[in-house]
Amino acid sequence: MKPPPFTYHAPRDLATALRTLQEVGAGGAGGKVLAGGQSLIPMLNMRLVAPAHLVDINRVAGLGGIGREPGGVRVGALARHAEAERSGAHPLLTRALKLVAHPVIRNRGTVVGSLVHADPAAELPAVLAVLGGSVRVARWQDGAAVERDIPAAAFFTGPMESAVLPGELAVSAWFPSLAPGAGCAFVEVSRRHGDYALAGVCAVVGPAGAARVACVGVGPVPVVVDVSAHAPDWAAAARAVREETEPDDDIHATAAYRRHLVGVLAERALREAAQEAENRGA
Amino acid sequence: MTTKLFGEPVQRREDPRLLTGGGRYLDDLGPDALAAAFVRAPHAHARIRDIDVGPALDVEGLVAIYTWEDLPERVGRPLPLLIPHPALTHGRTAYPLARDVVRHVGEPVVMVVAADRYAAEDACALIEVDYEVLKPVVGLEEAVQGAALVHEDVPGNVGAHLVQEVPGADGRGAREAIETAPHTLAFRLDIERSASMPLEGRGVHARWDGRDLRVHSSTQTSTSVRMAVAAALGLPLPRVEVIAPDVGGGFGVKIVHPWPEEILVPWAAMTLGREIKWTEDRREHFISSAHERGQVQYVRVGFDDDGRVLGLDVTILHDHGAYTPYGIIVPIVTSTQLLGPYKIGAYRVEFSAVYTNTVQVTPYRGAGRPQGVFCMERTMDKIARHLGRDRAEVRAANFIGPGEFPYDQGMTFQDGRPLIYDSGDYPEMLRLLKELIGWDSFERAPGRGIGIGCYVEGTGVGPYEGGHVQITSDGRVHVSTGLTSQGQGHETVFAQIAASELGVPIERISVVTGDTRRFGYAVGTFASRAAVVSGSAIALACRKVREKALRIAADALEADPADLEITDGIVHVAGAPNAAVPLSTVAVLANPLRYAFDEETARATQFAGAAAPDRPPVAEGEEPGLEGRDYYSPIRSTFAAGMHAAIVETDPDTAEIRVLRYAVVHDCGRLINPMIVEGQIHGGVAQGIGGALYERMAYDPHGQLVNASFMDFLMPYATEVPHVETAHLETPSPLNPLGVKGAGEAGVIPVSAVIASAIEDAEGFPIDRMPISPSDLFHLRTT
Ligand SMILES: Cc1cc2nc3c(=O)[nH]c(=O)nc-3n(C[C@H](O)[C@H](O)[C@H](O)COP(=O)(O)OP(=O)(O)OC[C@H]3O[C@@H](n4cnc5c(N)ncnc54)[C@H](O)[C@@H]3O)c2cc1C
Repeated sequence: MKPPPFTYHAPRDLATALRTLQEVGAGGAGGKVLAGGQSLIPMLNMRLVAPAHLVDINRVAGLGGIGREPGGVRVGALARHAEAERSGAHPLLTRALKLVAHPVIRNRGTVVGSLVHADPAAELPAVLAVLGGSVRVARWQDGAAVERDIPAAAFFTGPMESAVLPGELAVSAWFPSLAPGAGCAFVEVSRRHGDYALAGVCAVVGPAGAARVACVGVGPVPVVVDVSAHAPDWAAAARAVREETEPDDDIHATAAYRRHLVGVLAERALREAAQEAENRGA
Repeated sequence: MTTKLFGEPVQRREDPRLLTGGGRYLDDLGPDALAAAFVRAPHAHARIRDIDVGPALDVEGLVAIYTWEDLPERVGRPLPLLIPHPALTHGRTAYPLARDVVRHVGEPVVMVVAADRYAAEDACALIEVDYEVLKPVVGLEEAVQGAALVHEDVPGNVGAHLVQEVPGADGRGAREAIETAPHTLAFRLDIERSASMPLEGRGVHARWDGRDLRVHSSTQTSTSVRMAVAAALGLPLPRVEVIAPDVGGGFGVKIVHPWPEEILVPWAAMTLGREIKWTEDRREHFISSAHERGQVQYVRVGFDDDGRVLGLDVTILHDHGAYTPYGIIVPIVTSTQLLGPYKIGAYRVEFSAVYTNTVQVTPYRGAGRPQGVFCMERTMDKIARHLGRDRAEVRAANFIGPGEFPYDQGMTFQDGRPLIYDSGDYPEMLRLLKELIGWDSFERAPGRGIGIGCYVEGTGVGPYEGGHVQITSDGRVHVSTGLTSQGQGHETVFAQIAASELGVPIERISVVTGDTRRFGYAVGTFASRAAVVSGSAIALACRKVREKALRIAADALEADPADLEITDGIVHVAGAPNAAVPLSTVAVLANPLRYAFDEETARATQFAGAAAPDRPPVAEGEEPGLEGRDYYSPIRSTFAAGMHAAIVETDPDTAEIRVLRYAVVHDCGRLINPMIVEGQIHGGVAQGIGGALYERMAYDPHGQLVNASFMDFLMPYATEVPHVETAHLETPSPLNPLGVKGAGEAGVIPVSAVIASAIEDAEGFPIDRMPISPSDLFHLRTT
């Protein structure tokens, strides 16, 4: 369990980081960004990935921080799970983060890293998806940094696949605020505390009955379903959600169980979110 | 008084060191040693056509590459079959490096030695092995069909077949008794694989200085590794020393010896004249060490209206994996310990030890007992349900009575000796358990159930252990025993025994285990035997030393030894505290070589009797120094027992299973340290919860272990383990000088049975297969 050889880069500023990524990206084997390392290091050690270059962004100035802006929260590439959780900047993000792994992993792992990693069972991609957020990526082109924003709906392209291209660095993520008076919830079932979920559902319910869910663990990417039409019949909404999912069998659960579970969880999440919305309204 | 420590909850003396990072584990040794790594089989069953090491030769730091062809004859022999048995007609063991055929994913094929582990793994990745893939044998019931064979010369994949019969009091066999019983039931049970999974894997470090070989191994038996290494390398035994450093858990897997690496690493160290270390990584541990538990059981039982068992007939398919290095201990333990605290009418048990193309099976904490207990306790629950009676009551109807000891079960136990229970009080234990969990007042509700499970555990198997005790002139006591420690608390309990026997404060006592330089004869730490066998040997050795100390002190004090006692390390005349001599001085007096290089020796000279020129300084029959050595060899095993109960809650929608309460009543004879016993029980229950609800070895049809990491093999965290409530019962063993029984495996044994019992109670349908996940429960509900 030792990684194969790679060249290690530790740039101090964004321009160098982007330039390095562009240079190493040109060679076939390419480079990988190292953020919190909580997913990448195990994959390296098990030799599941073998990048020729590792670009460690942990010392890059200006990539940290959690900014509350009008209409949402911007989370920098070096903001750790723990920091985002403690900041309480976004209620759904806070709730989701409590379900992500364990405290020691949350101390190192980054929110943006989790989005780019795009594990279909991860919580944060679902949060980004249900909120309709986006990820800002940058690359080095013609001697300057060029940025683009990728909306959540286009960001998650498959299991462990995101729209970040070789040579690009995700610099921040944007989580839009909940509408005034809206409630949210994240419920999941995992085998052990802190494990990736067998299935999970996050829900946002607005005061006027606008309701959206995103499900994890039941498809290649977060499954987003707008169930506003069913509000407030959350049982019917849950049935509709179940119809949209295409879970797989794995050693921890069958597809049939996951499909059943996602219905149960969708109903629970929607009720909880609706209750919160009602409490806010009252 | 600080010395009456037997029975006290003394804090573990090893903990400050271990908890503050002061432990020295295998991988902490030899920071400059060369590293070994292995190319391991990627196929469950394949013939090796060719091995091309060429591409690896350019790796920077590469030192050597070895295949089976490179090994000298003695080193390349099949590994020993440690415990042969007449029923094991087709015992098979692996070669240290695969020869021609690989029989499970993970079998070592090529050994690489390099400057560090990174380089060694780089070289491994470049070595090309050409395989002809053969049909793998996976799954017990498929294996016995014999369509494909793990070993070409083992028909039907059955390595051993054993039938044991104990007729009833009327002389009838079990099958006949079942035919004529008022009630009969027949069913099938399944238990999946799990594994010891110590947090520290295996590891070997070897240094050869041209004359002597020093081996460190993360083992449960350094003395036996020493003999195995000396034999394989053709070295005289005194030229080989083997030391178990701090060991981060064993749970059975490290009693197996020699592991291929325990032969290969020392051999390479000698061949290359370099210090070499191999530290197993987690993936290697999953696919290259050992697993346990997998069995299918077919049960038939006949019983009367009170639930008394008249006949029990059990047929077991036992998954042995690819090899049988440890013989058929596990299925033998299952078949014998299945009987638990019960006297049943007639018993017939038949097992087949079956080869599959999976990791070999050797004992894991509990060693076959969890499966046997699962069988018997499921049977008891089914009888109760059939008769509409209380489950505890049905058990009580079958108990051996407190007045019936010693009780002969009429079988041969794992140590080859008769299965005779030495002592116990099962009705009292059940009463305590029912009280502890609130059995009679439990309020049944949908999704809430209570379960129970009972077991008897043969512990403290022989043949022997020894103890050596030395008191030096500084008054310190040095205790050593040959068996090893893996964190159980031996440093504490052995010191407690010595403190109590010698009357010395525990602070002055040190304990060394598992170092062949200190003690050469030992068996090892397994089968819940350390306290019973080494503990007794240390007590006996202490008694010898005490006897000598009193004799010498009596001389010095001009008193009768019978009037002397030892308190706080000082020998004094009973009732006359001023007529006293400290043990430090006695130690000086015991050694006629008395250079006054410290205060004790200087002071001692005033007690030195006038030299008797007509006698040698060391009298005939005496030895210099204050030390003693003794051995304890049990006549047979001593039988501990326990009963567990649990309350579980199942979610009606998600099928999640939560253990709300877990209660244990436990009897391991006299308690040396109740806190350590409780710790052992908690750890055992935690492993049991793993086996019941989380852990399994997920082999796919190709024989690939698809969950070979801690991401997917779900060892429970502290958050998954319920609070364990315990009560102790102490029925001393009449078999050993301390009256103790073993406690190391107890906690794990009945957990699967108990959890199945509780879930069955909550759900109302039979639970016949463990472990059980929410997904499994969901499907049981919907079919
Ligand atoms: C035991 C354990 C349990 C876990 N449980 C959960 C869980 O329940 N839920 C959950 O969601 N996650 C879980 N995780 C994963 C954890 O949240 C990771 O921290 C996270 O997925 C990745 O973040 P990271 O910063 O560590 O990224 P890294 O491991 O450094 O990188 C992950 C991947 O993303 C890429 N990457 C990272 N940052 C950037 C960037 N800024 N730009 C471009 N590419 C980038 C890397 O190149 C790599 O491919 C668990 C991890 C462990 C070890």
